[in-house]
Formats: sequence, C-alpha cells, structure tokens
Amino acid sequence: MSDRRLIALGLALIAACAFFLFWGLKGPAGFILELRAVKLASLLLVGAAVGVSTVVFQTVTGNRILTPSIMGFDSLFLLVQSLMVLTMGGLGYAMTGGPAKFLLDTALMMAASLALFSLLMGRGRGDLHRMILVGVIFGLFFRSMTAFVLRLIDPSEFAVVQQVMFASFGAVDTTQLAMAAALFVPVFALLWRLAPSLDIVALGRDSAVGLGLRHDRLATVLLLLVSALVAVSTALVGPVSFLGLLVAALAHQLMQTPCHALLLPAAAMIAGLVLVIGQGVFERVLGLQSTLAVIIEFFGGLLFLYLVLGGRRR
Amino acid sequence: MIAVRNLSHRIGGAPILTDLTLDLPKGGITAIIGPNGAGKSTLMGLMARLLPIQEGQVEVDGHCVARTKTEALAKRLAIVTQRVGVASRLRVGDLVGFGRWPHHHGRPRPEDHAAVERALEAFDLLELRGRFLDELSGGQNQRAFIAMGLAQETDWLLLDEPLNNLDMYHARALMARIHGLSRAGVRSVVMVVHDINYAAAWADHVVALKDGKLDFQGAPREVLTSARLSELFGMKIGVEEIAGRPTVLHHA
Ligand SMILES: Nc1ncnc2c1ncn2[C@@H]1O[C@H](COP(=O)(O)OP(=O)(O)O)[C@@H](O)[C@H]1O
Ligand SMILES: [Mg+2]
Repeated sequence: MSDRRLIALGLALIAACAFFLFWGLKGPAGFILELRAVKLASLLLVGAAVGVSTVVFQTVTGNRILTPSIMGFDSLFLLVQSLMVLTMGGLGYAMTGGPAKFLLDTALMMAASLALFSLLMGRGRGDLHRMILVGVIFGLFFRSMTAFVLRLIDPSEFAVVQQVMFASFGAVDTTQLAMAAALFVPVFALLWRLAPSLDIVALGRDSAVGLGLRHDRLATVLLLLVSALVAVSTALVGPVSFLGLLVAALAHQLMQTPCHALLLPAAAMIAGLVLVIGQGVFERVLGLQSTLAVIIEFFGGLLFLYLVLGGRRR
Repeated sequence: MIAVRNLSHRIGGAPILTDLTLDLPKGGITAIIGPNGAGKSTLMGLMARLLPIQEGQVEVDGHCVARTKTEALAKRLAIVTQRVGVASRLRVGDLVGFGRWPHHHGRPRPEDHAAVERALEAFDLLELRGRFLDELSGGQNQRAFIAMGLAQETDWLLLDEPLNNLDMYHARALMARIHGLSRAGVRSVVMVVHDINYAAAWADHVVALKDGKLDFQGAPREVLTSARLSELFGMKIGVEEIAGRPTVLHHA
C-alpha cells in the first residue's frame, strides 16, 4: 500500500468526501450531515464493489472489454424485478421492501449470475468474440423477456417496475446499507488475500496450472465473490452498466501493473472518486438529481465502443 | 523418467491419442516430432496436467500426475505452451518473476530474485526486462515465456514448439542453452520441434507421433532415416549425412 499513486488517490478521495459532506451546508447541520453521510457511504460501498468486481471478473475471464453488466447482468436484474411484480403483484412487491426483499434479490441475482458466468469458463475462455457475442445475446434475451413480462403486468403496476429500471443513488435504505457492508467486508478481505493468486490467474489458465495454481477451483470461487458483489450493489442502487468498465480501464491505465494488490484498491478508490465527485457536482453545484447515472453510462458507453472498435486488443 | 502408460485421449468422441506407451529418459533432450495435428501438444498437456487424464497414466519420476498435488508438481515440471496470451499488461521482468511462484507463493525471497536474474541473462533479456510484452516481437515474447519456464527451476522442462518465431541466432542460442543445462544434468527437456535438423543436431532421444499413435522412437542417428521420415510426413524426404549427423533436405 506504499504506492505513491494509491496515496494520491486516497488523498483525493478524502478531499472529495469532505466536499460532498460539507459543501453548501447551512442551517441545522446535524440532520443534513447524517443524510449525506448515509449517501456517501452507499456511494463508496457501491463504487468499491463495482470497481473491484469488474477488475476481478476481467482477470478471471482474460479480457478487458467485458464486464458483468455488459454480460447482461443489468437486464437480468430488470427481468427478476418484473417477474417479482408479476408473481406478487405491484402491492405485494412494494410491501416486500426492506431486508427480506434485499436478501431475496441478492440470492436470486447470485444464482443467476453464476449460471451466466459459468458459460464463460468453458472452452470459449479467451475467445473474446465468442464472449462478447454471448454477452450481447443474453442481454438481448433478458431485455426481450423483460418486455414480454412487462406486457403481462397490469398497467397500473408498471410504474413500480419503472422505478427500479434506472440506477438511483438518491434514497438508500440504511438497513440495506448495513447489510451490504456486512457482506462486503469479508468478501473484500478474502479478495485481498487472493490478490497474489489473481496475478497468476491473469497469465491465463495454462500458465496458471503450470505454476501449480488450482486454477479451476479458484476461478469458481472468484466468480462467486464477483456475483455477490455485483448482486448486492445492483440490489442497493440498481443497474449501472458501464461504470465498471470505465473504472477498470482507468485503474489499469493509471497503475500499469500486473499486481492486483495495487489494482484492486486503485479500482475501488477510482470508482468512489467518480461517484462521489459526480454525485456531489450534480446535486450540490448543478442542483440536478438523477443525471449522474446517465452521464456515467454515456462516457462508459463511449469507452466500450472505443475498446470494441479496436483501441486495445485485450 | 516420464513414463506414459496406455494413454488415450478423446475430444468430443474423436480419438486424439490412442493407447500411447513410452518412456522419456531423464537427462538430455527429448524431441517430439510429427505432422500437424498428430497429438504432440495434447501429449504435452496431459503430461503437465493442463488437460485431465481420461484413460491411462503418466508418471513423472515416479509421481503419478493425476494424483500428485498440483503445487508439488509445479516444482518438478514446468511447461511453456504453444499459444500463450496474457490479459494483463506485463513487463518482461514481471513475467519471468512469476516463474518463481511455485517456490514462494507470492512472497519472493532473495534467491527468487537471483533465479530471475539468471533466467533473464540466459535468454538475452536483461535489456528487455522493462519492456511490456505487447510491445515485443513474436520471438522476443517467446523467449520471455521460455525464460519464465526456466526460472521455475524444475527437473523437467516441457517446451511446445519453442523455436517458433525465433531467428537463426536465437534458435541456435536457445538450443545451446538447453543443451548445456541438460548436459550438466540440471534439467531434462522435452520439446516439440518441427525442424528435424534441430532434433538431429541437439536431441538425445526422438519420439515421432502420427495420428495419435507412436510411430517410432530412438536415438536420432538411428531413427532419422529417409524411409522413416518419408513415411511419417507422407512425402519424399532425403536424408544426407553431413558433419557426422543426419541432415534432412526437405526443400528439394
Ligand atoms: N480443443 C480442441 N477441440 C477439438 N479438437 C482439438 C482440440 N485440441 C486439439 N484438437 C485436435 O486434436 C488433434 C491433436 O492436436 P494437437 O495435440 O494440438 O496436435 P499437434 O500439437 O501435434 O499439432 C488435432 O487433430 C486437433 O484438431
Ligand atoms: Mg501443437
């Protein structure tokens, strides 16, 4: 952790957090500060989850273009949500808020994402074209399934689904936040311990096995951890498709190292920076509420196009 | 010795290797030759547990590959495969350093750094150590991966087509280096080669595969004959004795 770039990132993040907490603070500060602190915590948590999970996912699958969300994860989330509305009804869906729904969401998403990721680990691993194709096809499939399910839903209940279709960093439930944190801490700790092994995984399966790493077992464990992170952060704030791609690319660009003990914290802090500064500027300076997700998607989408159209091969 | 016993391998029902039994002698260089698709890479992959063994058995110095811990095997046997792709942005020095992983599992010690230095020096890579892999030529890249295998400092070194991409100078330098190591009794090397003349010049033992079966094996002088090679590759191949060793004239 003695890397100079990491220290700079850390200092920048602290400054951004201070700006987020104290900028434009007036009147009875206590209550507002508490609100802001909750929001800040959720931004940092989600950012860390998205950044770390994307870097790990790209290392395990051996590519720099695909991310869990591009693999159709966000469309899967929407599908699960609309299926819930369909089976429970809008009222039932709205009532199963809080911890129960959060746990259900997370469990469902983890199961589904594991199934999705396992498709990547077969013989097609390393075949980038095949992986992008699989991702696009599944994204399309989930989206059309969602459209189909939405058609079956009562129009009056449609609004309930619509609410979850876009990421929102606005209102985050503190109980959910605490649960997410309780899950993330051990996951991050485990990934931190596995960081040196991740360096070897990045060499590709053959080299990793040759060096005596239990590659297949480790890859499954890593993808399980990734699905937990992605599932929880999606359940917390909704789908953010391109944030991971943006952050992972920035982390690799900044650090230029194969060492995951440096890459993972860098990705977590960069994601925190992007979210905290973005949300802070939009909310405090521009007085806009829900545009951050849109802006992130815009720049992330541009980056995706650039990468696919051949900026960098891997 | 690597002992291969009744080894068979199928992919999607198609037989790739059929009932292969052979011994690769310890010490010296064993060259595996044969036409494209003969199953050479598959055999190497099975010996190095990159592929699960379906039928038969492989023993490395008496240790059954299927039942030996993969961490332990990594200290006995290193493999450099034919196609290597790396997702991360790696410098040559980092890559060769990863060859030491089986010995330190993430915490390099002074002797690990020393081994990396030796491997870099052996392959003429000291000047390139700070360069990124994706900024190297194919041959330089190949040398970096072989250096990584060497840094692993195992008794056995398996190289799948290591001469690909190498110019004459570096191909010869590589063979001389490997030959020196094997002569000193430090390493036993198994390598897939396409240029039979390299096998004739440097190998102590030649194994020829065809259609997943053993075609012939033995000392280069005895087995590298015009009749055998013509049969193996399905074309007329002349062999002349030049400077005391069989030399294949395959361009004519
Ligand atoms: N993953 C695979 N899927 C299907 N067939 C394969 C696969 N790998 C190898 N083969 C087939 O197995 C045979 C032997 O391959 P290989 O061992 O790579 O040959 P060599 O290295 O001798 O050129 C070839 O016919 C090849 O087409
Ligand atoms: Mg081959």
